[in-house]
Amino acid sequence: MNIHEYQAKEILRGFGVPIPLGKIATTPAEAEAIAKEYGVPVMVKAQVHAGGRGKAGGVKFCKTAADAKEKATAILGMKIKGLTVEKVLVTLAVDIGSEAYVGIIVDRQRKKPVFMVSAAGGIDIEQVAAETPEKILYLPVDTRYGLRAYEAMRMGFFLYPDVKLAKQAAKIMQGLYAAFMASGCSLAEINPLVGTPTGELIAVDGKMVVDDNELDRHADIVALRDESSEEPSEVDARNCNLTFIKLDGDVGCVVNGAGLAMATMDLVKYYGGEPANFLDIGGSSNPEKVVNALRIITADANVKCILFNIFGGITRTDDVANGIVTATKANPLKVPIVIRLTGTNEEIAMKILTDNGFTASKDMDEAVKKAVAMAKGGKSA
Amino acid sequence: MSIFIDKNTKLVVQGITGRDGSFHTKQMIEYGTNVVAGVTPGKGGQLFENTVPVFNTVYDAVEKTGANTAVIYVPPMGAADAIMEAVDAGCALVVCITEGVPVLDMTKVYPFVKERRARLIGPNCPGLISPGSAKVGIIPGRICTPGNVGVVSRSGTLTYEVVYQLTRAGIGQTTCVGIGGDPINGTNFIDCLEAFEKDPQTKAVAMMGEIGGTDEQEAADFVKNHMTKPVVGFIAGQTAPPGRRMGHAGAIISGSAGTAAEKIEAFKAAGIGVAVRPMDFVELIKAKLK
Repeated sequence: MNIHEYQAKEILRGFGVPIPLGKIATTPAEAEAIAKEYGVPVMVKAQVHAGGRGKAGGVKFCKTAADAKEKATAILGMKIKGLTVEKVLVTLAVDIGSEAYVGIIVDRQRKKPVFMVSAAGGIDIEQVAAETPEKILYLPVDTRYGLRAYEAMRMGFFLYPDVKLAKQAAKIMQGLYAAFMASGCSLAEINPLVGTPTGELIAVDGKMVVDDNELDRHADIVALRDESSEEPSEVDARNCNLTFIKLDGDVGCVVNGAGLAMATMDLVKYYGGEPANFLDIGGSSNPEKVVNALRIITADANVKCILFNIFGGITRTDDVANGIVTATKANPLKVPIVIRLTGTNEEIAMKILTDNGFTASKDMDEAVKKAVAMAKGGKSA
Repeated sequence: MSIFIDKNTKLVVQGITGRDGSFHTKQMIEYGTNVVAGVTPGKGGQLFENTVPVFNTVYDAVEKTGANTAVIYVPPMGAADAIMEAVDAGCALVVCITEGVPVLDMTKVYPFVKERRARLIGPNCPGLISPGSAKVGIIPGRICTPGNVGVVSRSGTLTYEVVYQLTRAGIGQTTCVGIGGDPINGTNFIDCLEAFEKDPQTKAVAMMGEIGGTDEQEAADFVKNHMTKPVVGFIAGQTAPPGRRMGHAGAIISGSAGTAAEKIEAFKAAGIGVAVRPMDFVELIKAKLK
């Protein structure tokens, strides 16, 4: 789960990381009021879950409160990578002496959180890693022992030869690590960590991504979720315990299991079609899940054909068949449906479907080909 | 022959009285797996299905029954503890079916398991099956048949799909292992490939990977440098958009890393036969077995 910059900064502040004063505004007048309250200059920063906000014109420097109002007017409502800006962070501008990058990410190969720090901050760290890897220090942390003081100091000295700054940086590393662990993050970063001309370090931008698997223990983080910044159908699906990702194609896919769901989408593409979504109804399916899945998929006007691909292991295919019948009785389908199911209770499932006027196949390849043809306006085979 | 589990497997089921645990324990017993014990704290002394003794702790189960393998069906927030308990009690193999285990929990579990020289499979996996001798986990027994192909996969139902097609084509399996879809798991492709290479009965390996991470690329290197047996591979997620978690916590393209295309390239460079569609495994494996 992504949280906004202003939310990440609040968490980091709670762990002792120095953050410039700032507040959220949803109107230009609010932005102006905040600039008056804190004094100028300020930065007005779009709060959306997208990278490249600066390049898109979503981050502006403002010399006066009137200027903040004007810039907020321009930024609020603008679209960045398809997402509408609903909120801006108005925050004190900081004099920049130096810029560093400090981040932690769970590293799959090392199987540990790994700090990445670099004095080449303020820019894309992936680019630094690709072009000048020697400018990055990687420091894996054994979570059983936590970040040790000597490790934090090593990173501090890597960034700043001056001992006072190195010590400040080490304290920030400890704060970032504590925030990362306490919030159940898979990523946390400060970019840039600014060194001011007067010798203070301050985190000018912050980002945190929380592991979805942690959310059951972090009600405080769940409360930060901003559903307005997500695709509505994906919010709906999540509330129904379905894993759903909207795409741009026209073949709506309902599959059990993530690997099979991906393979089904790939096969749609292989036969010349475009999948409209990723949707995993999960293992222990009940008819309710199928009803919700169909509701979410048919709400997408792009969908020209619906494809079910169910391999019944734990999933009982008769549950799926019952779900299809219930859902389509309540809301008759306006687009064709192609059903493939095999596995647990498939004879019962086939009978339920045939009795209700559906045809179903046992072969994945054949079903996908047929669905692609029907989405293109072909007749049912 | 087979890898990791066989007729000598003595299984303890953690969470045996839960909904999933009890259902799958019955299936494992039906398949012929030697289920010697169950564990549910507070239910020690009961008998599951009138046959399997239930204990309060894994320690008790191991002491009284000599269990050497554990399978875990407990809720995600308790899974890390369950894995560590099983390893600490002396189980050499621990299979964690549970989905939704926090990855930071796994950063503590992984070194704990390695330092005690135990093997963890999963979490978030369907377990494994050695057709005809034992199954640990949830892979449906009836889709498998004994034979000489090793199967290893990050997925559940996609594995069933491929195994089922192999079985229908008369191609049996030594062992099918689902290593799980999480970013940090106990056993990776290389561990399984190494075991299949050593297993005299395995003649070829079918391997199903997906987007995210570099496990498949490293496996490809291993195949190129250390394997004499033919391998056929498949990668799911060619149409997955970057930056999105495709159901499995580990199935995510980060920046430009972990794409299906780069994994397929790595397979080709290592001489691994590439199945473009899941159904292509049958013909490719047949050809390799000739």
